Amino acid sequence: MTENDATQAESNGRVQVNMIVNGSARTLTVEPRMTLLDALRDELGLTGPKKSCDRGECGACTVHIEDRRVLSCMTLAAMHNGQRITTIEGLERDGQLHPVQEGFIEYDGFQCGFCTSGQIMSAVAMIEEAKAGWPSAATTDVSQSFSVSDLSDVEIRERLSGNLCRCACYPNIVDAVAHAIRRS
Amino acid sequence: MHPFTLSRAIDSASAISAAQDPHLAFIAGGTDLIGLMKDRAARPERLLDINGLPDMDHVEPTSDGGLRIGALARMSDVAADVEVRRRFPVISESLLFAASGQLRNMASMGGNIVQRTRCPYFRDEDGLPCNKRQPGSGCSARYGLNRTQAIFGWSDDCVATHPSDVAVAFAALDANVLVHGTTGERSIPFTEFHCLPGNTPERDNVLRRGDLIVAIEVPARIEGRASYYLKVRDRQSYEFALVSTAVAVAVNSGRIMSARLAMGGVAHKPWRLTATEGELRGLSLSDVDALKAAIATSFTDARPLAHNGFKVELGQRVALRAVQIAGGRA
Repeated sequence: MTENDATQAESNGRVQVNMIVNGSARTLTVEPRMTLLDALRDELGLTGPKKSCDRGECGACTVHIEDRRVLSCMTLAAMHNGQRITTIEGLERDGQLHPVQEGFIEYDGFQCGFCTSGQIMSAVAMIEEAKAGWPSAATTDVSQSFSVSDLSDVEIRERLSGNLCRCACYPNIVDAVAHAIRRS
Repeated sequence: MHPFTLSRAIDSASAISAAQDPHLAFIAGGTDLIGLMKDRAARPERLLDINGLPDMDHVEPTSDGGLRIGALARMSDVAADVEVRRRFPVISESLLFAASGQLRNMASMGGNIVQRTRCPYFRDEDGLPCNKRQPGSGCSARYGLNRTQAIFGWSDDCVATHPSDVAVAFAALDANVLVHGTTGERSIPFTEFHCLPGNTPERDNVLRRGDLIVAIEVPARIEGRASYYLKVRDRQSYEFALVSTAVAVAVNSGRIMSARLAMGGVAHKPWRLTATEGELRGLSLSDVDALKAAIATSFTDARPLAHNGFKVELGQRVALRAVQIAGGRA
């Protein structure tokens, strides 16, 4: 947005946002106070990301911005002009589920399912973070290099702690993610 | 959330100029500000998105062994940075022990150190008395539920703690906050950046209107490599500290040559254990009684509240273990 756009936005209160959502160019006109989560759900009909705590405490709204996992309830849609957003609806490729999605089915990684899209989006990006060598709070010595083969169950639990499951399906979620890591 | 306008900053000079407006707030990651707006604890009329400001999102190792951490660098990028991990493990660890993977991808370093307290009365949507939120309205925590509140440096007007973890590491390392303001650039020693509450608890830090945090600079420290962050909380992950300690030590033949310690979860600012640092010098890492006595010297002025007396004992135990683990890395 240029300063001119901003001035124009102030005059009518709403701002135009162009985003690539699940591979498609989308244009929205939103109030600046609309969160990315509300824009995805209410403006674009993508109800995979869930609104649960709406305070960044539960992870149910997790989506990817430029392939990084973020909480869509804690950011404004209007701040993501020109960016690439992926929701659970955009995870499959050519009709094939992502290995993490398959893992959740195979290992029964859910009960009620409300947290599931957030869990899966978080896990998919978490695996990429590990591949990039990122340590976690469960890593004994952060000064050493980290690789995806170091993703123990303890590491998986720590790295996914931002996603709460009120059904406490955690053991199966960890198994599902470990399965996906083995397959990837 | 209340309505507001949003514009995007082009350069730091115009951002600083725009922020002379008392109803304008900078937004970067937004992970604290948006929560505050949802809880009606912040009501800016105008937001200025500073994410596009140039040259503020890198971590640069400096040639003397220090670091320059751009204010727009994300917590996750700083935590994963190879030079941060090698030179100052305590910085990486304090970041990794904070928030969640998603929030660390969003939250900026500048925003992290100015995040506001997690005191439940301050955050309360229904507006219970809180001098930080509404000056003069009273402190609900002083005689209310104060298990998570301060044991050092509090006043009758405010007993809140500062929630940042990495700020504790920066205080221990004597980092500096580089700020651009209307009068130019200045460097603020980290231990002087946050305020004690006194009778102006609405003031968290020494920033002036329009100030823009540009970077956090960590000078080379001989204690940097053998450093550690220990955080104790009500659940093992994704929670703010009850008590935490950042420690960095230089050790020779099992003896502490110099030590740097700061605690989180105990005061309105990262609480430096200066007396302990002096007492630790020359002690053997294996002399547990001497280490305990050295740590105790920084707790003589602890003033626990009705529900947080446990922090006095817990704090000393956390400090002891953190010194031992950091010492083991030397």
